[in-house]
Amino acid sequence: MSDTSTIPQHPPVTDWVHDFDHTDPRWTENPFPIWDELRAASPVVHTDRFLGCYLPTTYEAVREIAHDTEHFSSRRVIVRDERPEVTRNAAPPITSDPPEHKPAKQLLLPPFTPDAMKKLEPRVRAICNELIDEFIANGQCDAAARYTKYIPVRTIAHMLGIPEQDSDLFIRWIHMILELSIRNEGILVQGVQEMTEYFVGHVEARKQHPTDDLISTMMNARDKNGQPLDDAHVLGSLRLLLIAGIDTTWSAIGASLWHLAKHPADRARLIAEPDLMPTAIEELLRAYSPVTMAREVMKETKVQGCPVKPGNMVLLSFPAANRDPAFFPDADKVVLDRKENRHAAFGLGIHRCVGSNLARMEMTVAIEEWLKRIPEFRLDPAGEVTWSQGTVRGPRQLPILF
Amino acid sequence: MSAKLKIHVDPDKCQGHARCKALAPELFDLDEYGNAHEVGDGSVPDGLEDKAYLAKANCPEIAIDVTEQ
Repeated sequence: MSDTSTIPQHPPVTDWVHDFDHTDPRWTENPFPIWDELRAASPVVHTDRFLGCYLPTTYEAVREIAHDTEHFSSRRVIVRDERPEVTRNAAPPITSDPPEHKPAKQLLLPPFTPDAMKKLEPRVRAICNELIDEFIANGQCDAAARYTKYIPVRTIAHMLGIPEQDSDLFIRWIHMILELSIRNEGILVQGVQEMTEYFVGHVEARKQHPTDDLISTMMNARDKNGQPLDDAHVLGSLRLLLIAGIDTTWSAIGASLWHLAKHPADRARLIAEPDLMPTAIEELLRAYSPVTMAREVMKETKVQGCPVKPGNMVLLSFPAANRDPAFFPDADKVVLDRKENRHAAFGLGIHRCVGSNLARMEMTVAIEEWLKRIPEFRLDPAGEVTWSQGTVRGPRQLPILF
Repeated sequence: MSAKLKIHVDPDKCQGHARCKALAPELFDLDEYGNAHEVGDGSVPDGLEDKAYLAKANCPEIAIDVTEQ
């Protein structure tokens, strides 16, 4: 793991409305009451931290920004202490704006349709059971470290055609790029560089021996002029697929198990009514949405009547939008059979998560297989649940007894 | 006897969340990119009216219209 001792600490927050900080330990531990306080103050709040950053607090404000690609750019998708030069082809299409966005995204969509996910499902079920086999005899486990962590990383490795055994390496890069990098630019550069070198090796190998996997799909893709993508685009998209597909779903599965460990009635209902699973998964996605994206303000405009100025970032909190009581009745309750659920867990507008169908399938299979093998479980009172900080929120330590 | 329903997916609004296909597979199909369109001319067969409204109520992009004919 990287050296974290040199990372500057932020001063604690005393005024959330005018000085919020999504890396504050209280936000990481329990953000929901903080979002309620901010939402009660304004649909858009601002902090001078992170060189200036807005936070839309309502569903409508989040939707307005997500749909406005004229005033809000995706060229930076993580809010950090520093704001270095933007590199081209950082991770297309997530870091792309129109008109480059659509062709870059269309290349990635066909391998992630619901039908494509059905073909992948047996491998995911097998991964879940291999993981459960390793700890089921113990009567206890850290479900975040032993189960939820490895399902998405091994699945995306399988899709990309890289060794599932390299999982811990991928997780290390993601921790560097998504968490440690918020306060230390050098760690970001190092993580991206290590990842790029790894993929260069796999791309070169496929030039000699083509394979049938996502890396080859990207290498064989053609742009609208019939030309192959340049290496920087291929490597950028491969980095995106690895980064975006892992700790996001790790978090969503973990938060779902955390909820079910604490709510025996919901657990019993899911076992008794397996047909409820798809609706329940949507509700768990709404209530515990892991991903907060970012935008950069390019031109002055207003959001829900609030002025926003260029030079600032925007923390695009889909999780906060999904807890807006003006949009979701009983927003703070998990209602497993919620009928009307336009949640924004996978974003809204053109940047809808490419892997949403993959994430849903992984979550469904992971919860189904867990409930089949371990129907009764609870949080270990002797252990501590910890949550990841910043861009993606989910349990990183989840001690369970069964 | 209730009125006949017709559904339509606005292709400019649809972003491929695929909620409609999951909730009402008889009424919606997906293209090779995973974006949705109505099956046939969008006429809702008798008995599937609730599913049409359920799909509409779960589309995050508000891309689905349900109209009475």
